[in-house]
Amino acid sequence: MSPRSKPESVQVIKQRRDTALRVLTEAVPYIRFLGIEFERRGDELTGILPFKQGLIGNPLLPALHGGATAAFLEVTAVMTLNWFHLWDDLEAGKINLETLTPASLPRLPKTVDFTVDYLRTGLPRDAYARARITRAGRRYASVQVEAWQDNRERLYAQAMGHFVMPAPRETEGE
Amino acid sequence: MVDIVAMAKQFIHALPHSVMLGMEPREMGAGEASISMPYKEELIGDPVTGVIHGGAVSALMDTCCGAAVMCHPDNRGGTATIDLRIDYMRAATPGQTIVARATCYHFTRSVAFVRAVATDDDTGNPVATATGAFTVEAKK
Repeated sequence: MSPRSKPESVQVIKQRRDTALRVLTEAVPYIRFLGIEFERRGDELTGILPFKQGLIGNPLLPALHGGATAAFLEVTAVMTLNWFHLWDDLEAGKINLETLTPASLPRLPKTVDFTVDYLRTGLPRDAYARARITRAGRRYASVQVEAWQDNRERLYAQAMGHFVMPAPRETEGE
Repeated sequence: MVDIVAMAKQFIHALPHSVMLGMEPREMGAGEASISMPYKEELIGDPVTGVIHGGAVSALMDTCCGAAVMCHPDNRGGTATIDLRIDYMRAATPGQTIVARATCYHFTRSVAFVRAVATDDDTGNPVATATGAFTVEAKK
Protein backbone atom coordinates (compact mmCIF):
# COMPACT_ATOMS: atom_id res chain seq x y z
CA MET A 1 0.00 0.00 0.00
CA SER A 2 1.35 3.37 -0.94
CA PRO A 3 1.56 5.79 1.97
CA ARG A 4 -1.27 8.30 1.94
CA SER A 5 -0.08 11.91 1.78
CA LYS A 6 -0.76 14.00 4.85
CA PRO A 7 -3.86 16.21 4.51
CA GLU A 8 -3.17 19.92 4.04
CA SER A 9 -3.62 22.11 7.09
CA VAL A 10 -6.93 23.91 7.33
CA GLN A 11 -5.26 27.32 7.16
CA VAL A 12 -3.56 26.47 3.87
CA ILE A 13 -6.83 25.29 2.32
CA LYS A 14 -8.83 28.27 3.58
CA GLN A 15 -6.24 30.78 2.48
CA ARG A 16 -6.04 29.30 -1.03
CA ARG A 17 -9.83 29.23 -1.49
CA ASP A 18 -10.44 32.68 0.01
CA THR A 19 -7.64 34.22 -2.07
CA ALA A 20 -9.06 32.67 -5.24
CA LEU A 21 -12.53 34.00 -4.46
CA ARG A 22 -11.18 37.48 -3.71
CA VAL A 23 -9.13 37.59 -6.92
CA LEU A 24 -12.08 36.45 -9.05
CA THR A 25 -14.46 38.97 -7.44
CA GLU A 26 -12.16 42.00 -7.39
CA ALA A 27 -11.12 41.53 -11.01
CA VAL A 28 -14.55 42.47 -12.35
CA PRO A 29 -15.24 46.24 -12.32
CA TYR A 30 -19.04 45.82 -12.49
CA ILE A 31 -19.08 43.58 -9.38
CA ARG A 32 -17.14 46.27 -7.49
CA PHE A 33 -19.40 49.02 -8.90
CA LEU A 34 -22.54 47.34 -7.54
CA GLY A 35 -20.72 46.39 -4.31
CA ILE A 36 -21.49 42.66 -4.55
CA GLU A 37 -19.59 40.39 -2.13
CA PHE A 38 -19.33 36.61 -1.84
CA GLU A 39 -19.28 34.44 1.26
CA ARG A 40 -17.93 30.89 1.07
CA ARG A 41 -18.79 27.75 3.03
CA GLY A 42 -16.68 24.94 1.56
CA ASP A 43 -17.46 25.20 -2.14
CA GLU A 44 -20.85 26.88 -1.60
CA LEU A 45 -21.08 30.58 -2.46
CA THR A 46 -23.61 33.14 -1.28
CA GLY A 47 -23.81 36.47 -3.09
CA ILE A 48 -24.49 39.54 -0.95
CA LEU A 49 -25.75 42.86 -2.34
CA PRO A 50 -25.34 45.42 0.47
CA PHE A 51 -27.97 48.12 0.12
CA LYS A 52 -26.98 51.53 -1.18
CA GLN A 53 -29.02 54.42 -2.58
CA GLY A 54 -27.67 53.88 -6.10
CA LEU A 55 -29.54 50.55 -6.35
CA ILE A 56 -32.96 52.19 -6.02
CA GLY A 57 -35.26 52.13 -9.05
CA ASN A 58 -38.50 53.59 -7.82
CA PRO A 59 -37.65 56.36 -5.33
CA LEU A 60 -41.30 56.80 -4.31
CA LEU A 61 -41.80 53.32 -2.81
CA PRO A 62 -38.71 53.04 -2.44
CA ALA A 63 -37.78 49.78 -4.20
CA LEU A 64 -34.64 48.21 -5.68
CA HIS A 65 -34.26 48.68 -9.44
CA GLY A 66 -35.23 45.56 -11.40
CA GLY A 67 -31.99 45.97 -13.33
CA ALA A 68 -29.91 45.90 -10.14
CA THR A 69 -31.69 42.71 -9.10
CA ALA A 70 -31.18 41.12 -12.54
CA ALA A 71 -27.48 42.03 -12.46
CA PHE A 72 -27.08 40.66 -8.93
CA LEU A 73 -28.63 37.33 -9.98
CA GLU A 74 -26.52 37.14 -13.13
CA VAL A 75 -23.30 37.97 -11.28
CA THR A 76 -24.10 35.26 -8.72
CA ALA A 77 -24.87 32.73 -11.48
CA VAL A 78 -21.67 33.44 -13.42
CA MET A 79 -19.49 33.49 -10.29
CA THR A 80 -20.93 30.20 -9.02
CA LEU A 81 -20.52 28.56 -12.43
CA ASN A 82 -16.95 29.84 -12.80
CA TRP A 83 -16.11 28.78 -9.25
CA PHE A 84 -17.36 25.25 -9.96
CA HIS A 85 -15.52 25.23 -13.31
CA LEU A 86 -12.17 26.25 -11.75
CA TRP A 87 -12.51 24.31 -8.48
CA ASP A 88 -10.48 21.22 -9.42
CA ASP A 89 -7.63 23.27 -10.89
CA LEU A 90 -7.62 25.59 -7.87
CA GLU A 91 -7.54 22.66 -5.46
CA ALA A 92 -4.76 20.98 -7.43
CA GLY A 93 -2.74 24.21 -7.33
CA LYS A 94 -2.75 24.47 -11.14
CA ILE A 95 -3.77 28.14 -11.06
CA ASN A 96 -1.04 30.38 -9.67
CA LEU A 97 -2.92 32.97 -7.59
CA GLU A 98 0.19 35.07 -6.94
CA THR A 99 0.81 35.87 -10.59
CA LEU A 100 -2.85 36.16 -11.60
CA THR A 101 -3.84 39.63 -12.86
CA PRO A 102 -7.24 40.81 -14.14
CA ALA A 103 -5.86 40.49 -17.67
CA SER A 104 -4.64 36.91 -17.21
CA LEU A 105 -7.75 35.47 -15.55
CA PRO A 106 -9.18 32.20 -16.87
CA ARG A 107 -11.91 32.85 -19.49
CA LEU A 108 -15.42 33.37 -18.05
CA PRO A 109 -18.59 31.48 -19.04
CA LYS A 110 -20.68 33.49 -21.53
CA THR A 111 -24.37 34.17 -20.90
CA VAL A 112 -26.64 32.94 -23.71
CA ASP A 113 -29.91 33.95 -22.10
CA PHE A 114 -31.14 34.97 -18.68
CA THR A 115 -34.74 35.10 -17.44
CA VAL A 116 -35.67 36.84 -14.21
CA ASP A 117 -38.95 36.43 -12.29
CA TYR A 118 -39.68 39.36 -10.01
CA LEU A 119 -41.66 37.74 -7.19
CA ARG A 120 -41.80 40.59 -4.69
CA THR A 121 -40.75 44.21 -4.47
CA GLY A 122 -37.05 44.51 -3.63
CA LEU A 123 -36.89 46.39 -0.34
CA PRO A 124 -34.23 49.01 0.47
CA ARG A 125 -32.03 46.60 2.42
CA ASP A 126 -29.37 43.91 1.80
CA ALA A 127 -30.16 41.04 -0.57
CA TYR A 128 -28.70 37.53 -0.77
CA ALA A 129 -28.51 35.04 -3.62
CA ARG A 130 -27.46 31.46 -4.17
CA ALA A 131 -27.14 29.67 -7.50
CA ARG A 132 -27.58 26.00 -8.30
CA ILE A 133 -25.98 24.49 -11.39
CA THR A 134 -28.67 22.22 -12.80
CA ARG A 135 -26.48 21.00 -15.63
CA ALA A 136 -22.77 21.50 -16.21
CA GLY A 137 -21.87 20.13 -19.62
CA ARG A 138 -18.59 20.45 -21.44
CA ARG A 139 -19.96 23.22 -23.69
CA TYR A 140 -23.23 24.40 -22.12
CA ALA A 141 -24.49 24.90 -18.58
CA SER A 142 -27.89 25.67 -17.01
CA VAL A 143 -28.07 27.60 -13.76
CA GLN A 144 -30.92 28.53 -11.40
CA VAL A 145 -30.59 31.41 -8.95
CA GLU A 146 -32.69 32.42 -5.96
CA ALA A 147 -32.58 35.77 -4.15
CA TRP A 148 -34.08 36.79 -0.85
CA GLN A 149 -33.83 39.58 1.69
CA ASP A 150 -35.04 39.17 5.28
CA ASN A 151 -36.51 35.70 5.01
CA ARG A 152 -34.84 32.80 3.18
CA GLU A 153 -38.24 31.23 2.44
CA ARG A 154 -39.69 34.39 0.86
CA LEU A 155 -37.78 34.83 -2.40
CA TYR A 156 -38.00 38.29 -3.94
CA ALA A 157 -36.58 37.14 -7.29
CA GLN A 158 -35.46 34.00 -9.08
CA ALA A 159 -33.77 33.44 -12.41
CA MET A 160 -32.77 30.78 -14.91
CA GLY A 161 -29.88 31.15 -17.32
CA HIS A 162 -27.97 29.27 -19.99
CA PHE A 163 -24.24 29.68 -20.51
CA VAL A 164 -21.51 28.67 -22.96
CA MET A 165 -18.48 27.29 -21.13
CA PRO A 166 -14.96 28.42 -22.04
CA ALA A 167 -12.71 26.00 -23.92
CA PRO A 168 -10.73 23.72 -21.56
CA ARG A 169 -7.74 25.48 -20.03
CA GLU A 170 -4.29 24.41 -21.11
CA THR A 171 -2.37 23.76 -17.93
CA GLU A 172 1.38 23.36 -17.61
CA GLY A 173 2.71 19.89 -18.15
CA GLU A 174 -0.37 18.65 -20.01
CA MET B 1 -49.27 62.38 -24.86
CA VAL B 2 -46.59 65.05 -24.62
CA ASP B 3 -47.09 65.14 -20.88
CA ILE B 4 -46.59 61.39 -20.59
CA VAL B 5 -43.38 61.57 -22.62
CA ALA B 6 -42.06 64.45 -20.53
CA MET B 7 -43.02 62.54 -17.39
CA ALA B 8 -41.26 59.36 -18.58
CA LYS B 9 -38.07 61.29 -19.36
CA GLN B 10 -38.21 62.99 -16.00
CA PHE B 11 -38.90 59.65 -14.34
CA ILE B 12 -35.75 58.02 -15.75
CA HIS B 13 -33.66 60.91 -14.47
CA ALA B 14 -35.22 60.32 -11.05
CA LEU B 15 -34.22 56.62 -10.91
CA PRO B 16 -31.00 56.50 -8.87
CA HIS B 17 -29.84 53.21 -10.39
CA SER B 18 -30.38 54.37 -13.99
CA VAL B 19 -28.47 57.57 -13.21
CA MET B 20 -25.67 55.50 -11.59
CA LEU B 21 -25.30 53.48 -14.81
CA GLY B 22 -25.31 56.68 -16.93
CA MET B 23 -28.55 56.04 -18.85
CA GLU B 24 -29.91 58.83 -21.03
CA PRO B 25 -33.46 58.87 -22.44
CA ARG B 26 -33.55 59.43 -26.22
CA GLU B 27 -36.95 59.25 -27.88
CA MET B 28 -40.27 58.43 -26.25
CA GLY B 29 -43.55 57.84 -28.09
CA ALA B 30 -46.84 56.01 -27.62
CA GLY B 31 -45.72 52.70 -26.10
CA GLU B 32 -42.19 53.25 -27.40
CA ALA B 33 -38.97 54.20 -25.66
CA SER B 34 -35.30 54.48 -26.52
CA ILE B 35 -32.52 54.85 -23.94
CA SER B 36 -28.76 54.98 -24.39
CA MET B 37 -25.98 53.91 -22.04
CA PRO B 38 -22.47 55.21 -22.85
CA TYR B 39 -19.52 52.87 -22.28
CA LYS B 40 -17.68 53.32 -19.01
CA GLU B 41 -15.09 51.23 -17.20
CA GLU B 42 -17.28 50.57 -14.14
CA LEU B 43 -19.65 48.54 -16.33
CA ILE B 44 -16.99 46.05 -17.51
CA GLY B 45 -17.85 42.43 -16.82
CA ASP B 46 -14.88 40.76 -18.49
CA PRO B 47 -11.57 42.40 -17.51
CA VAL B 48 -9.70 40.46 -20.22
CA THR B 49 -11.72 41.89 -23.13
CA GLY B 50 -13.27 45.03 -21.60
CA VAL B 51 -16.75 43.90 -22.62
CA ILE B 52 -19.67 45.33 -20.60
CA HIS B 53 -21.33 42.99 -18.08
CA GLY B 54 -24.59 41.35 -19.15
CA GLY B 55 -26.16 42.65 -15.95
CA ALA B 56 -25.66 46.26 -17.10
CA VAL B 57 -27.35 45.43 -20.41
CA SER B 58 -30.19 43.80 -18.42
CA ALA B 59 -30.59 46.95 -16.34
CA LEU B 60 -30.76 49.06 -19.51
CA MET B 61 -33.34 46.71 -21.07
CA ASP B 62 -35.46 46.68 -17.90
CA THR B 63 -35.48 50.48 -17.68
CA CYS B 64 -36.26 50.88 -21.39
CA CYS B 65 -39.12 48.32 -21.31
CA GLY B 66 -40.57 49.99 -18.21
CA ALA B 67 -40.38 53.39 -19.91
CA ALA B 68 -42.23 52.03 -22.97
CA VAL B 69 -45.02 50.79 -20.68
CA MET B 70 -45.20 54.16 -18.95
CA CYS B 71 -45.48 55.89 -22.34
CA HIS B 72 -48.39 53.70 -23.45
CA PRO B 73 -51.54 55.83 -23.92
CA ASP B 74 -53.64 53.44 -21.76
CA ASN B 75 -51.21 53.55 -18.85
CA ARG B 76 -52.53 55.15 -15.66
CA GLY B 77 -49.45 55.26 -13.46
CA GLY B 78 -46.34 53.33 -12.54
CA THR B 79 -45.31 49.84 -13.57
CA ALA B 80 -43.18 46.98 -12.26
CA THR B 81 -41.43 44.12 -14.02
CA ILE B 82 -43.15 40.72 -13.73
CA ASP B 83 -40.54 38.89 -15.76
CA LEU B 84 -37.83 39.73 -18.25
CA ARG B 85 -35.85 37.45 -20.54
CA ILE B 86 -32.65 38.67 -22.18
CA ASP B 87 -30.97 36.88 -25.07
CA TYR B 88 -27.34 37.83 -25.55
CA MET B 89 -26.46 37.54 -29.23
CA ARG B 90 -22.92 38.88 -29.12
CA ALA B 91 -20.52 40.88 -26.96
CA ALA B 92 -21.00 44.64 -27.21
CA THR B 93 -17.92 46.30 -28.73
CA PRO B 94 -15.87 47.95 -25.92
CA GLY B 95 -15.94 51.74 -26.06
CA GLN B 96 -19.27 52.01 -27.87
CA THR B 97 -22.57 53.36 -26.51
CA ILE B 98 -25.37 50.81 -26.21
CA VAL B 99 -28.84 51.92 -27.31
CA ALA B 100 -31.99 50.02 -26.32
CA ARG B 101 -35.32 50.42 -28.13
CA ALA B 102 -38.46 48.97 -26.54
CA THR B 103 -42.01 48.54 -27.85
CA CYS B 104 -45.02 47.84 -25.71
CA TYR B 105 -46.88 45.71 -28.29
CA HIS B 106 -49.85 44.58 -26.22
CA PHE B 107 -51.62 46.18 -23.29
CA THR B 108 -54.38 44.57 -21.20
CA ARG B 109 -56.11 45.70 -17.99
CA SER B 110 -53.51 43.87 -15.92
CA VAL B 111 -50.41 43.17 -18.03
CA ALA B 112 -48.26 45.01 -20.59
CA PHE B 113 -46.18 42.92 -23.01
CA VAL B 114 -42.91 44.43 -24.19
CA ARG B 115 -39.97 43.56 -26.43
CA ALA B 116 -36.70 45.37 -26.87
CA VAL B 117 -33.49 45.33 -28.92
CA ALA B 118 -30.08 46.65 -27.88
CA THR B 119 -27.41 47.66 -30.40
CA ASP B 120 -24.00 49.33 -30.42
CA ASP B 121 -22.55 51.26 -33.40
CA ASP B 122 -23.16 48.24 -35.66
CA THR B 123 -26.92 48.89 -35.60
CA GLY B 124 -27.84 46.09 -38.01
CA ASN B 125 -26.36 43.45 -35.72
CA PRO B 126 -28.14 43.38 -32.32
CA VAL B 127 -26.17 42.86 -29.10
CA ALA B 128 -29.20 41.56 -27.18
CA THR B 129 -32.97 41.25 -27.33
CA ALA B 130 -35.48 41.19 -24.47
CA THR B 131 -39.07 40.14 -23.92
CA GLY B 132 -40.98 40.91 -20.77
CA ALA B 133 -44.28 41.28 -18.97
CA PHE B 134 -44.99 44.31 -16.80
CA THR B 135 -47.73 45.18 -14.31
CA VAL B 136 -50.53 47.62 -15.19
CA GLU B 137 -52.11 49.66 -12.44
CA ALA B 138 -55.83 49.06 -11.97
CA LYS B 139 -58.21 51.84 -13.05
CA LYS B 140 -59.57 53.77 -10.11
